[in-house]
Amino acid sequence: MSGSTFKSQAPRRTGPAAAWVSGLLENKYLGWIALAAALLAPLLTASPYSLNVMTTAAIFVMLAAGLNIVVGYCGLLDLGYIAFMAVGAYTAGIVSKAFELPLLFTIPAVLVMTILAGLIIGAPTLRLRSDYLAIVTLGFGEITRITANNLSVTGGPSGIYGIPKLLTFGDFSVHSPAVFYYVTILIVAFFVLASARLGKSRLGRAWRFVREDEDAAEAMGIHTYKVKLMAYIFGAVWGGFAGVLFASHLTAISPKSFIFLQSALVLMAVVLGGMGNMRGVVVGALVISLLPELLRDLSEYRYLAFGLLLVVAMVFRPKGLWPAHGHEEERKKKEPEQTAVDAAVSRGESR
Amino acid sequence: MQIIWDGLFVGSFYALIALGYSMVYGIIKLLNFAHGDIYMLGAFIGFVMLTSMGGLPGALSIGALLVVLLASMVLTGGAGVLIERFAYRPLRKAPRLAVLITAVGVSFTLQYGVSAIMGPNPRSYPVRLEGDVFDILGARISLPQVLLMAIAAILMVSLNTYIQKTSTGRAMRSISLDMKGSLLMGINVNSVITRTFFIGSALAGAAGVMSGAYYGKIDFMMGFLIGLKAFTAAVIGGIGNIQGAMLGGLVLGLLEAFGASVFGGEWRDVFSFVVLILFLTLRPTGILGERVTERV
Repeated sequence: MSGSTFKSQAPRRTGPAAAWVSGLLENKYLGWIALAAALLAPLLTASPYSLNVMTTAAIFVMLAAGLNIVVGYCGLLDLGYIAFMAVGAYTAGIVSKAFELPLLFTIPAVLVMTILAGLIIGAPTLRLRSDYLAIVTLGFGEITRITANNLSVTGGPSGIYGIPKLLTFGDFSVHSPAVFYYVTILIVAFFVLASARLGKSRLGRAWRFVREDEDAAEAMGIHTYKVKLMAYIFGAVWGGFAGVLFASHLTAISPKSFIFLQSALVLMAVVLGGMGNMRGVVVGALVISLLPELLRDLSEYRYLAFGLLLVVAMVFRPKGLWPAHGHEEERKKKEPEQTAVDAAVSRGESR
Repeated sequence: MQIIWDGLFVGSFYALIALGYSMVYGIIKLLNFAHGDIYMLGAFIGFVMLTSMGGLPGALSIGALLVVLLASMVLTGGAGVLIERFAYRPLRKAPRLAVLITAVGVSFTLQYGVSAIMGPNPRSYPVRLEGDVFDILGARISLPQVLLMAIAAILMVSLNTYIQKTSTGRAMRSISLDMKGSLLMGINVNSVITRTFFIGSALAGAAGVMSGAYYGKIDFMMGFLIGLKAFTAAVIGGIGNIQGAMLGGLVLGLLEAFGASVFGGEWRDVFSFVVLILFLTLRPTGILGERVTERV
């Protein structure tokens, strides 16, 4: 699954080597190369453990791709993103068990439920300032988890067991880990591609405009509320489908899988990878999900390190380690407009 | 009656923490996610100090607890100042999203820093406040509850006086109205912000020690939920408003106590988040907040 290396700092350096590296990073076939690497990976190592790790990483990539729509494209901080995954996973689990359907056929129900969840949480709060949204999403994540813990239809604290396979077709069923891995990779690749394309669409440009300057966007005739709600709903649907894959992968789900820590990890993947840059986000997600497997001995300190890394990254590179294009120029243009007082405030001087 | 008393008691904790949220928000418009974790940090600092002092005889324990309380307040206040200096100040002009993410990072760092040092398992406080229980108007009230509420009330009243009467307090209020204007008027903005962080964090630390001594159990995630609740309290009262935060804390405590008795205890947290969302939808400025027009 390691199609590309983490060379986020490279484009800043100058010289032929840097040009070569950034040329490599901008290569339009990079995504396909990564996909090929992902598809070929089981040929190298196909032990149940490595397949499990790689499948989990792929699902995590999908989550990060979804959160990137909300945080990266539209600039709305969502701290309860895992709740959408929970909604998707629980909907799929409950419906497929109740009607004895393969998980694939629960997708319409999942779609409806995640859109509803996105509306419920987004509609009242998206009119407010973005920091309120952040904390409401945090609360929403907790509500979802506690509700799943308390209701009997979700199985309470022990969750749902024995979730059916993704697809059963006559005597063919997706059950072997390798087949499931390939199916997951293809689905995830589709969704990653879709969100990258979405970022380039008319709606995607509107999202970025809203992120950069909401008032100017409003003045240019963008219905900011509607656009933000769309970002939220797209994010919710991505999360919900990741939840379906998750439920199918583990065949059992419980409220413990959907704690705040998970939301924070997805956020870290998006932020460290580079907000708004889908390639960076994929790399970030792979690093966040695979690194703990490689560094098992340091597991006690890994969250501490993640926290510090987040602060340091924001202080020194507030747009993420590998940001999308177009920020540097814009920022330069803004600087001369700063007044002397502005400069003094930002330098931290008084009088 | 019992419900009202319990609600007021829990509410006074919420109020203490909500004050810090509200002060910081009022001045630099930053949602300090790490605030709940400062509360946790306070509880752990108190725990370390009390443990190192060893078991104290009962008569001394309240005096010792007060000393520990003050010392923890100073230390958590210092932690708040450090966090402001190294994590938030460099980003004061940065996009809001970056600052929010930094705050999440600080919160994470505090949680897992404490977890790495003290271990992830819950610890039990060496001092347990126990006292006589007496009945007033049908409510069971214990002495420690009265004591803790009195401490909370003293802290809140003195904070209010500080903000209304002293020159620093006036400077804080003026910065929250207009930072650039205050700077031009010769106010040392940075030192006032530092002081704000110190006071807010010290109050949260005090709440941490008090709840540790009262409930007897602390763990590294204890600040997460209460941070959310305190934010809810600050919103209910009108964020950025000091008296509003106190009122909001008490109101939230009461609402929660009633909600828990109607819907059952396991829905208590859900209930308070629903209250938060309702408030944000219907009256985002809170009970005492004024309508703030956002300037472009």
